[in-house]
Amino acid sequence: MYEELREHDFVVITVALDRGADARPFIEAAAPTHPSLIDEAHRLAELYHILNVPTLVWIDERGRIVRPSDAQYGTDTFTEFHGKRSGPYLELVRNWVARGEGALAPDDARRLQLAPDPDAQRARTERALAWYLHQRGDAEAAERHFARACELAPLDWTIRRGSMPVRGQNPFGPEFFELARAGAPEYPMEAVTPTREKPRAL
Amino acid sequence: MSTATSRFTLLDDALTHELTATLDGTQVRLAADDVRATLGWTLEERGLCRGDVCIPVRDGAQDLRRDGIDLDELARLLGRPLALDVPARCAALGTAASERAAGLASLEAPDFTLPDLDGRLHSLRDQRGKKVLLVAYASW
Repeated sequence: MYEELREHDFVVITVALDRGADARPFIEAAAPTHPSLIDEAHRLAELYHILNVPTLVWIDERGRIVRPSDAQYGTDTFTEFHGKRSGPYLELVRNWVARGEGALAPDDARRLQLAPDPDAQRARTERALAWYLHQRGDAEAAERHFARACELAPLDWTIRRGSMPVRGQNPFGPEFFELARAGAPEYPMEAVTPTREKPRAL
Repeated sequence: MSTATSRFTLLDDALTHELTATLDGTQVRLAADDVRATLGWTLEERGLCRGDVCIPVRDGAQDLRRDGIDLDELARLLGRPLALDVPARCAALGTAASERAAGLASLEAPDFTLPDLDGRLHSLRDQRGKKVLLVAYASW
């Protein structure tokens, strides 16, 4: 889609909330022509209060958020699981880029944003310390703070699932199924963006 | 209880500072000079000050002052979340929920600088003048 819309003043920035080694095969296979970045320390998750992947944000030419965090998909590979279709979303992006449609008014963008609470920020602080200790080679101390971060933000999958590879857990294994049973985080935008096969009742 | 002076690592958002600290059980007191040099805060008559900003210090003034600046009290006064690991001589000061929420509510997209696979750095602000579709994803 990026190639199709490049003639416009438009860019896609992808950010992997991953260790470089974990993201590398995906990036090399996709060979993107747009900036494709690695965020091992989860800075982006902190700055934008991102709770899961994928998370998409629209930013206009002046650097303003015009469509806040939303969980949508570029393909229909997992539609069976999340019930969202990629077609209508890609159409929304095309209309925004080509015709400027679909950007929210500031009040709506604010209303549909998710704000962090103190525990969410405590969790991110614990996670930042855990990642630093992990990098320093202090696995035992790191684990104390990964565990604490997960307690503080039980629904933040960037913390709970996103820390599994670093903690030696399988993000597609039993720990993940336990997490999934408790329910996935959801952004207010997901109730608004018309991509669900069967729209969920509000 | 025994006290010991040691090097202490303090993560301040994306920055990493090395300070001198006095450790006493779970209490960490940071050398006042180091706090000024790294975080920019100084303990003055008026309170805890940085530039034109002063946070009044009432009850905890004695605790804050003794043998340096108490880290717990410092985080509380600044309203910032603190993650602390005394055995690892390491702590992180995060961003207050109110500050993050206010930043997001401004709708000003927070700038970031991150590397690509080749280590080349890219910033959001480099794309000013273009519409940006920002996509966070992961292998997990």
